[in-house]
Order: sequence, then C-alpha cells, then structure tokens
Amino acid sequence: MNFANTVSWRHMLSMACLLLLLAIVLPITLDAFRLNLVGKYLTYAFVAIGLVLCWGMGGILSLGQGVFFGLGGYCMAMFLKLESSTPEATAIQSTPGIPDFMDWNQITELPALWIPFQSLTLTLIAIIAVPVLFAFLIGVAMFKRRVSGVYFAIITQAIAAILTILIVGQQGYTGGVNGITDLRTFMGWDIRSDGAKTVLYFVTIAFLCLVVFMAQFISRSKLGRLLVAVRDQEDRVRFSGYEVANIKIFIFCVAAAFSAIGGALFTLQVGFMSPTLVGIVPSIEMVIYCAVGGRLSILGAIYGTLLVNWAKTSLSESFPELWLFGLGALFIAVVMIFPKGLAGVANSLADRFRKPRLDVASSPDMPTPVDDSNASSTPLTSTTHQSATRHSRPGSAVHGAAGAAGDIGA
Amino acid sequence: MFSDYSWAELGSIFAMQGFAGLSLFSVYLLMALGLAIIFGQMGVINMAHGEFMILGAYVTYLCSNMVQQYLPFLFGGYFFVAIVLAFIVTAALGALVEWLLIRHLYKRPLDTLLATWGLSLILQQLYRTIFGAREVGVDLPSWMLGSISANDMIDIPINGLVVMSITLLIALGVYLLMFRSGFGRQTRAVVQNRVMAGAVGINTEKVDRLTFSLGCGIAGIAGSAFTMVGSTGPTAGQLYIVDTFLVVVFGGAASLLGTVASAFTISQAQSTLEFFLSGSMAKVLTLVTVVVILMLRPQGLFASKVRR
Amino acid sequence: MKNRTNRLPDRRRRTLLSQLIGASFGITALLGSSLHAADVNTTGLAVTDDTVTVGILHSVTGTMAISETGSVQAEKLAIEQINAMGGVLGRKIVYEQEDGASDWPTFAEKAKKLLVNDKVAAVFGCWTSASRKAVLPVFEQYNGMLYYPTFYEGLEQSPNVIYTGQEATQQILSGIDWVAETKGAKSFFLLGSDYIWPRTSNKIARKHIEKLGLKVVGEEYYPLGHTQFNSVINKIKLKKPDVIYAIVVGGSNVAFYKQLKAAGIDMTKEKPLLLTISVTEDEILGIGGDNINGAYAAMKYFQSLDNENNKEFVAAFKEMWGDDIVIGDVTQAAYLGPWLWKAAVEKAGSFDIDKVRAASPGIELTSAPEGYVRIHENHHLWSKTRIGLAKPDGQYELMYETSELMEPDPFPKGYQ
Repeated sequence: MNFANTVSWRHMLSMACLLLLLAIVLPITLDAFRLNLVGKYLTYAFVAIGLVLCWGMGGILSLGQGVFFGLGGYCMAMFLKLESSTPEATAIQSTPGIPDFMDWNQITELPALWIPFQSLTLTLIAIIAVPVLFAFLIGVAMFKRRVSGVYFAIITQAIAAILTILIVGQQGYTGGVNGITDLRTFMGWDIRSDGAKTVLYFVTIAFLCLVVFMAQFISRSKLGRLLVAVRDQEDRVRFSGYEVANIKIFIFCVAAAFSAIGGALFTLQVGFMSPTLVGIVPSIEMVIYCAVGGRLSILGAIYGTLLVNWAKTSLSESFPELWLFGLGALFIAVVMIFPKGLAGVANSLADRFRKPRLDVASSPDMPTPVDDSNASSTPLTSTTHQSATRHSRPGSAVHGAAGAAGDIGA
Repeated sequence: MFSDYSWAELGSIFAMQGFAGLSLFSVYLLMALGLAIIFGQMGVINMAHGEFMILGAYVTYLCSNMVQQYLPFLFGGYFFVAIVLAFIVTAALGALVEWLLIRHLYKRPLDTLLATWGLSLILQQLYRTIFGAREVGVDLPSWMLGSISANDMIDIPINGLVVMSITLLIALGVYLLMFRSGFGRQTRAVVQNRVMAGAVGINTEKVDRLTFSLGCGIAGIAGSAFTMVGSTGPTAGQLYIVDTFLVVVFGGAASLLGTVASAFTISQAQSTLEFFLSGSMAKVLTLVTVVVILMLRPQGLFASKVRR
Repeated sequence: MKNRTNRLPDRRRRTLLSQLIGASFGITALLGSSLHAADVNTTGLAVTDDTVTVGILHSVTGTMAISETGSVQAEKLAIEQINAMGGVLGRKIVYEQEDGASDWPTFAEKAKKLLVNDKVAAVFGCWTSASRKAVLPVFEQYNGMLYYPTFYEGLEQSPNVIYTGQEATQQILSGIDWVAETKGAKSFFLLGSDYIWPRTSNKIARKHIEKLGLKVVGEEYYPLGHTQFNSVINKIKLKKPDVIYAIVVGGSNVAFYKQLKAAGIDMTKEKPLLLTISVTEDEILGIGGDNINGAYAAMKYFQSLDNENNKEFVAAFKEMWGDDIVIGDVTQAAYLGPWLWKAAVEKAGSFDIDKVRAASPGIELTSAPEGYVRIHENHHLWSKTRIGLAKPDGQYELMYETSELMEPDPFPKGYQ
C-alpha cells in the first residue's frame, strides 16, 4: 500500500475545509445552545462513518447500529449515574447511594452488572469492549454462516428490537423507558454548564478527526480494497484465498466501535441516555445520514448527518405539525434524485471545473452496493460493473479485476 | 404451577391457549402474506408496509361511518364491502408507488428500504393531517363482537374466527394466484430470471406493478381485518413492521409455504411463552430464538429452490 | 410558523367561564397593565410591555401524538381565553409551540431551546414520565417552570415543575377502597404496560390491597405497543379475580379491550369488574364505547361532570376544536396549567420564575372544570378522586367522588 500516494492533496483540502467549518466557523457563528446541538449531531456522525465502511464499502447493511451507539452510551451513562448517586444526593431514597430508578424498583443493593462502572478505567474499556464484543459475536454467528444482504439487515433490525424491549423491560437495572437521566458531573466536572458543553464539543471534534483518520486509513489500505471487492464479488474474493468472513467481522467491529464512541460522547453532551436511541427508528435514521452523505464518502457522512439533523430541527421548529412531510420527501429525493448523496453532488460540481480524478472512496461513478444474492446471475447488475471497470483507475486493482471478471462471468 | 387447577380447568386452558395461538397465527400470517409477495418475490424491502395496512384500516373506518350514516340497514354486512374497498384502495396506491418510486429501484434493493421509509413518514403525517392524531374507533356490526361459549371457561371470540377465515381465504387465494394461474406463472418466471422472462414475451414491467400492488392490497385487507383486534391510528403500522419482516425472513423469503410455517411457529412459541413468562420476556425470548435459528439456518425454514 | 394566538379574535367570544375568572382577577390584571416590563421581569424573560411568551412542548408527531394532542388543544384554549379577558398582568400570551416527536432526547433539546433561545416565561408540556425525566434537568439548570398535566407515578417533587395531574396515590387508593367497599371485591389481577408508571402504580396498588387484607392473584406487564392479549386474558379467566386492575396505555389499550370483550369477559356483569386508571375519554375514542362498556375508571375528571365550570369548559372546547372532540382527564389538567400560572404570576406581581414559584403554593382555582383545586406545598394539586362507569356512548357516568380533596403525597410512606 502506497501511503504517500493515497493521502492526496484533495483529501487534505476537504479535511481542512471540514475542520474550518466545525472548529472555527460554527463556534464563532452559533450560540452555545446551537453549538451543543451540532455537537449532538456530530455524535451521530460517528455511526454514519462506521456505516460508510461497513455498508458503503463492504456492502453490509446493518439496521441495528443504534445498538452499538446505545451500548456505548449506556456504559458512559452508568458511570455518570453512579457518580451522581452519592449517598448524600440520594438521601431521600429508602436505600441511599444507588441510582434513583433502582430504588423505585425495590432494588436494595447495586447489581453486579453495575459494579465495574464505578471505575473510570473499566468504564472507558467497556465503552469500546462491550459493543465490539457484541458485534464480534453477531459477526461470527452471521458472517461465518454467510448471512448477507437483506437478511443481515433484518436480523440486525430484530436485534435492535430485542435490546430495546430488554432495556425497557428490565427497568430496575436499566432505568426502563425513561433511560438513565439526570447526569450531572464527569469526574467532578459539571458537564451541564455552557462552558463544559463547548469543551465537549471540541472533544467530539477531536474524536471525530481521529475516527475519520482511521476510517480513511482503512479505506485506503489493502483491506479497504478487499472490502469493495467483497461487496461486488464476494465469491471471487473467497476463491482468491481470502477469508471473507473475517474481513466482514473486522469491519463490522470497527463500525461498532465508532458507534460506541459516538454514543458515549452523546451521553456526555446530552446528559442522559434513553432506549429511544437503541431502537429501530434511530438505527434506520443513521443509515439515512450515511446515504445522504453519499454512503462511500467518509466526510460526506459527516455532512449528511449535519444536513439531515439540521433539516429535522429547523423543519420541526418552523412546522411542528407538518415537518415529517419535508423529512420524508428528503429521504425519497436522496434515493431517487441524488443516489450518490452529497458527495456525488460535490464531485460532479468539482468535475465541471476540471478533468475528473477519480478514486475508490469518492468516485461518483462507483456502482452502488449490489445485493449479493442476485449480483452473480442478472446481467443487469454486471452492466454497472462494466461502467465501474471503465472508470476505475489503476489504484483500485482488486476492484477493477473483480469488475472485469464480472463481465466475463456474465 | 398447575396443581391449583382441576383437570377440567386445565383442559379448557389448553384449548383457549391453543386458540390464542391460532389467532396470533392468523394475525401474523395476514401481516406477512403481503410482504412475502413484495419482499420474498420481488426483493423490495417495503418499510411502508405497516402504513399500507393502516390505510386499509382507515378505509374500513370511513366505510363504516358512511354506511352508518347513509345505509344503516346494511351495517351488518358492511365489513365485507370494506375489505374489498380496502384492497382496491391500497392496491391502487401500491401501483402508484411502484410507478413513481419502486420501479426505478429494482437494481438497488437496499435503496428501496430508504425510499419506502421516507414514504412511511409521509403517509403517517398524511393520516395525521386527514384523520387527526387521535386513534379512530371502528364500529363493528354487533354480530362480530361477542363470543361463542362452549362452556363457562371456553369462549371462542367471533372476531378471532372472522380474522382466521379471512386469513385462510387470502392464503388460499394467494396460493391459487401464484401457483395455479397464468399471472402467477409469469410472476415466478420474472422472479427467477427477469431477462429470460422478458425474452419470451412477458411484460415484466406490468408483472412487477401488479405483483407490488397485489402485495399492498393484501396489506390493506390485513389492516381492515385488524380493526377488529387492534388500534387504528397514524403510527399503528410501525408496531407490526419488525414482526412482519421476521416472519417472512424466518420462513425463507421466497417461499410462501415457509411464511405460513414460520407464522405458525412464531405465534405458537410466543403465545405459549406468554402464558408462562411475563409478556415482555416472552417477546424477547421468541425474538432471540428466531434470530439464533436464523443464524444457524440463514436461508430460513424453507429454502428457495430457485438458483440465484 | 410561529403560532400566534390572536388569530381568531372575533370567533372567540368571552365565555361565562372567563367572565367568572375575569371577575376574580380583573383587578389584579388592571394593576398589572400599568407595570413596565422591567419591573415584572427582572431575569430577562421574553416579556414586553404587551406580550409574554410561553412554550407549549408536546409530541404532535410520533406514537405519543395520539395522547398529547388533547393537551395541546386544551392549553391553546386556556391561553386564548386568558387573552380574551386581558392577558396576564396586562400582557397577551403568545406561545411558541415545539414538537417533542415522541422522542425523549428531542424533548430535552426543545425544552432547552424554549428556555435558552426563546426565554419563555413558562412551559406547558410533556406527557410521558420519560419525557418529563428528560427535560427535568434542563428546567432545573436554566430555572424554567413546567406545568405537567399527566397523572403519573409520583416519586418526584421538583421546584421547577407544577404537577397539574394526580400523582399515583391520589388516583389509586380511593379507587381500590371503593371497589372493596361497595363491590365487595376480594381479589385483584394487576395488569400494565411495561414501564415506570404502571409498575409503580401497581406497586402502590398491591401494597394497599394487601393492607386491606385482600389478595393479588396476578401481575403482568406487556411491552408498550403490544397488540396481542389473548394469553393474559386466558390467565385472567383461570385466576377468576374479582377485579381486573388495568394500566395499559396507548394503542395497546385498543387491542386489550377489544380482545377482552371478544373473549367473553362481560364487564357489565359484576364479576370480574374492571378498574382502570389509564383510560380517559380520549382512549375510548379509539377503543370504541361498546368495547369498554361497564368498566370503571378512577381519575379526577370526566367530561360528563355536572357543574357549571365544566359545562362552560366543554362548550368552549367544542367551539374551538369541533363538536366531535372528547375531553379526558389529562386534557382538563393541561387546561389548568395556564390558569394556575396566570394566578401565580398575578399573585407574585411578576413573571420572575422564583417569584412565581414562591407564590404558587396555596394558589386556588375555583373555576376549574373539575371543581376546586389548590396547589400544595409539594407542587402537586389537591383534588378529588372520582369513579366513573364507562357507557356505550364513550362517556363516563360519575359513580362516586371523594367527599374531601385528596392530599397529594408523591413520596407515600409505607408504599415504597
């Protein structure tokens, strides 16, 4: 892998633009409340970036990313809740010193599940480890059995439903439908003040940069190319001697880790965690952020998240009883009119000014992910491969080869 | 756990539980049949399926109001008219949606998910604007409300029986249509090999449109039938969507027989578990079991014989 | 779209109700109008010489819109009536409506927007406990005032919330006493949706039932939105309780009562009788009067209450929102919010949150549709509890009301 070549000036430039926007323009122009909102939106962008890797590049559509977002968020919330549930603060309860909702549910001592979250170190480990482990288990179970495409999407959706019912049903241990609320301090630092929110905003940006960098590193590595190859022609990658399942498990775990970081930052910024973020609706919305961004573009995912959430907030503030029309129309428009999302629009604008320089990650001519189940037999899908082959540059050798093979196969 | 009850009581309970399982089965099957056609046969992920069902329910609601107002003497039988109307209206909307949206997306099945999700938001808001945010109550003719008592323990709900018979009729109808008619042969041909089907002179676009609108129409019938057992509100459709997809996938997406078998298995498991566990835990356990089985057997209960 | 209330000035006539209240507060209102904004508002709230801005924060989209729509309508009606009689301290109320979208983080976001950006003087809103829990830290941090209309589980007493609905003990205890005394009920089957309000309420109910020396023969919970109740209905048939104590909420209600009726459980017979604390006239609209005919409900308000205040209120409500509309317990409690706030502001002579809070305990409303209410030191309302019998036309018939006002007791000793 040629590192110097892959980090082109163009990406440096677009990254710089994003940073300029997030770290300078927005903090100057927005008040503390709006900035905090942007901070909240950005935590969803972590999930969207994970989806770019796993769906856009790998063709694995997960409709259950809210699960990992939620697990990360809940781990953080449990730590914060324990910190704020001091015996003094909870003196009114029948058992002081445990979170209030446990007291309401006749639990008299801290459940074993919660004990690790008294320690910050263990919490920070758990924020990543719990979701990744869960993703790993799901991944091993599914990808080793070659579950893919729509089936995987629906199973992950069911998992999101299961986890929501479980969290809501076990309210003595999880806070139920209310979630874990009223989080005040992080290591003694009041996270509710405007100053703290601004600091957390910049912390979020820092983490976001880290995640973007990791995602770009992965997408430019050999693994990234393998992923695209897996998406387009899974069997051929398998026949070339690669263990396809391991590639998929890895990228699914990475996406889960990203989501979990987003979830933990969400808890810090918003001050509570709720099962409404775990369920099916937020999970699908997060897929939509990624689709609006262009599903193959990492930075596009961030812009997509910001755009959809901004639209949602401003539409609902202006038209509280009609805003869903606008949001629904936006989703349909993205799929029908701009299937390549914001990244596609940006690229076609850029291409008007100069000769196209296409690359794997943000090519407007990339075929959209093809459902593997009918990819190999229908000639229609291989037409898209032909167009991909025509435009792919030498750098994406694996992808080009797969596409070419697709032509022969058809 | 059973020691408190007499044998007669236990017998009645098992009979009643069996019937509860059967009514759940018919509900699941009715929800899933439309989706089995759209998703199983066409590969389109229709997230607005629940909203199509609710459209059927609203049609029934309108119909019941109209009949009560203008033709009160026909009220006893309006329900059957409502079902037919629900089918026609939802099928027409389905055809429109296919023409506007879905036909552009056959090559991108996962994108249908996003587009139909947007559609479901729009439909929900539309219902809210037209019918108000509150639930509407659908009046049923009195003969549908009661129950038949076999003894003092066993009561067979009449509406349960009606839902069951509708389900059986629809299932039979779908079977005949898909496997015993020219249209069914064409549909299956298009599913198996679109290009070849086109080459032998089948109008694939027309078949697609008819298939999609048939699936939506069945959703409308389901919605109409559910006014007897559930609620009719703008967001009620969302309650069904996950269960419905699971039933279809668990059965093996392309197999209609699989859908029947899976609806039966899931409903019996759930209704039995509900009797022994709390409602929430029964639901969790059922879903977990289904997911685990799907992980072990991703093709579902009945694998499709079509080579893809 | 900033909803301004003075859209329909001519359509709205002064009702007798507003005249009644107008008489009692007219003098203070006159006094208020001479005060400058700076005098009545020292903390920078959105108060001008002519207007004061308040917030309405409910779900008008999503699953909870079914329940919350009535509250929005009641609050708008109250605001309009207050404006028609001269406003608060001589200032017209303008409202800023936000949609909580049935999503708790959205509620927190919008609450913050109302308090921080719009600087509203009070917020009328929230419905579920979860949404209240989500916005509570926001109100405490930015010192806002929330008027919360729903009957709820108690266990809370915030200086920034006035609870205009009943807390659990007010609603539960006298209901159970009543079925035990007048109906001779001995055994109860507790049933609820699976979240904090039904669970806490059933906990209180169970303790009270056991204190009375009676028996709980079953307790079951189903996920929110569950639509298949045949199994639990079979359990009920098996256990043969005297009373089914049902706290099912939302769309599940419709399924539950339809299936109960279809399973041959006839609630018009004395056994088993059904007592609910969650079905208001709003829910019956979806359930259908035929399906719930004969059930009893324990709450503080029914649309059918026979008193002058209520007749005025129902007439005004129907005039504004249409003849088909029904009014449930929570809708009435939501209607009290703006009136209680107006009374507290005028007593304090200021819109400042701290002064309004200090003035609130002891505020009484003789014009309330439910009769007379008074704010307790713990920010809940003294109110009567009533038992209604559901009729096929979707209305409740009043069977019983407590002779005294029930004291709100959000942290009941012996029930935790």
